[in-house]
Amino acid sequence: MTEAKAVRVSLAQMRPGQKGKIVEINGGYGLARKLEALGIRTGKEITKVSEQLMRGPVLLQHNNTQAAVGFGMASRVLVEVDGEG
Amino acid sequence: MKILLMGNPNVGKSVVFNRVTGANVIASNYAGTTVEYTKGSMRLGDTRVELIDVPGTYTLEPTSKAEEIAVEMLSEHTDGDVVINVVEATNLERSLNLTLQLLKRKIPIVVALNFWDETKHKGISIDHKKLEQILGVPCIPICAVTGEGVNHLVEKIKEAKPSNYEYEDEERWHEVGDIVNKVQNVTHRHHTWLERLGDASVRPLTGIPMAVVVMFLAFKVIRFIGEGLIGYVGEPVFENLWAPVMMKLSAFMGSGGFLHDLVIGQLIDGEIDFGQSFGLLTTGLFIPIGAVLPYVFAFYVVLSLLEDFGFIPRLAVMVDTLMHRLGLHGFAIVPMLLGLGCNVPGALSTRVLETRRERFIAATILSIAVPCAALQAMVVALVGEHGTGYIAIIYGTLLAVWIILGLIFNKTVTGESPEIFLEIPPYRIPYMRSLLKKIWIRIKWFLKEAVPFVLLGVLIVNLLYTFGIIQFVGKITAPVVTRVLGLPKEAVGALIVGFLRKDVAVGMLIPLGLTIKQLVVASIVLAMYFPCVATFTTLIKELGIVDMLKSAVIMVVSSFVVGGLLNLILPG
Repeated sequence: MTEAKAVRVSLAQMRPGQKGKIVEINGGYGLARKLEALGIRTGKEITKVSEQLMRGPVLLQHNNTQAAVGFGMASRVLVEVDGEG
Repeated sequence: MKILLMGNPNVGKSVVFNRVTGANVIASNYAGTTVEYTKGSMRLGDTRVELIDVPGTYTLEPTSKAEEIAVEMLSEHTDGDVVINVVEATNLERSLNLTLQLLKRKIPIVVALNFWDETKHKGISIDHKKLEQILGVPCIPICAVTGEGVNHLVEKIKEAKPSNYEYEDEERWHEVGDIVNKVQNVTHRHHTWLERLGDASVRPLTGIPMAVVVMFLAFKVIRFIGEGLIGYVGEPVFENLWAPVMMKLSAFMGSGGFLHDLVIGQLIDGEIDFGQSFGLLTTGLFIPIGAVLPYVFAFYVVLSLLEDFGFIPRLAVMVDTLMHRLGLHGFAIVPMLLGLGCNVPGALSTRVLETRRERFIAATILSIAVPCAALQAMVVALVGEHGTGYIAIIYGTLLAVWIILGLIFNKTVTGESPEIFLEIPPYRIPYMRSLLKKIWIRIKWFLKEAVPFVLLGVLIVNLLYTFGIIQFVGKITAPVVTRVLGLPKEAVGALIVGFLRKDVAVGMLIPLGLTIKQLVVASIVLAMYFPCVATFTTLIKELGIVDMLKSAVIMVVSSFVVGGLLNLILPG
């Protein structure tokens, strides 16, 4: 019996539809503060809704809030996702 | 006494404002519709008080220019002022983050829980009485678009009081979480079709085709409504009803002379020609009302519908990658879309962009390559007779200029262009009454702006001709206008009047009997060479004199380069 191992990936690396919990927001005060204003903080469950072609913006959802963030920003948000998921 | 309407972006502050003041400000389904504050007054008991629609802010530690305005306004409050904190009931947690920050300022507050009706569809139930107890200020459920609960909210303004709710700043999110746990209960439910549609329109595989179809349909519907109104209403009314009246007036005024030519214009074969006569009461009224208004109306119907539905932010996501190449990000599509109606609101909305670099690029490519509805209506009417291919050349050229200038600016303009960071609101079925109201505000604004300027333009055209000024300037500028652009020297008159109104300027081309090639070149140069005076003054305010001068040089140079090239390339 093996436990599902939690894996850390960036929001940019997550697959569309995948869920996870934010563990770290790098990239300075600005990004963390902007996300925080939307109620999106370390420890929160999020879903990646979609990503665009050619490193375009990433859409994430937390409760009833959806936000589009640039690819660079998304690379700096670390998320813990389920190993299999 | 002042009342400040404050809350997160896109929570319906402007809708509440319209409701209680009876005034009209534009409200849409995306963040940043209100980029500067609007004042109105409302009746409270026996007194009239001032109500201020403050731009939306997520926090009192501002991150953008619009947010700075909000915080500034809050710090200017005086004793006796009240804040109505509009809260999105479907997003209680992050709304309360701002609410708690406001409570700390010890200003009397009333909380309005907007979108109360939507909470039911989303399986959210909120105990607003309990919230009231915890926060120590009135908390009133409302549905601003239908007006439900708004009267109750107004009654409660006098019960607003400073809260004695205390917390440590570092613990704010923790506090918010505690409150939400106590008052809110979320039950599981299935996705609504609107949510599924919303998600589908931001996935590349489904979203790109959807965006293309929507834009194509938007274009088709605008042409259908615009042309229909011109063909079945505008022209018949002017030709069958107004022309006979004008003919009588013409006969009464002796069918000629200075005053006659000013009011009625030149008779063409003894008849009034609304395109060519150029009198104040003939062409002066026909251009704004008969030719342009139908397209302006059609454009705003479609734009307002797309705005209220919530399509615009999703479009911003889809075009983000392209816009980055131009030194902008996806949300810069908003000034461009608004600019297709009128460049003035387009230029104003460049404020949604964070840096000076972005605002400069957006404002410049907007005023060069985004033609306003008035210009488009006249160009389509004039050039369309020669076939839609020529219209396609004009739009294609402007689009190419828009992209090429953006690419150049992205390489040359110093400063930063941040990535997109945009909240995506849910799709919402537009509420008919507020939709109609918004269209009406925009039409009224157009008539107020356009009609006087068109009349002034027609007046100036007459004076310029009478005193031989056009002929004179035409001679001086002939080397450029004739050699480079291949236009007759009289066309310089259109360039002079274009500063006042572009639609009148295009109208001035009609009597010149230009070839189709000349029409295409003239239309493009008129669109690009300089903004009209209304846009010009707005740009000075938004960019400052120095940047505006830089921008103006780019406008003049690029329009003559493009016009000159077309003159060389186009056959005929």
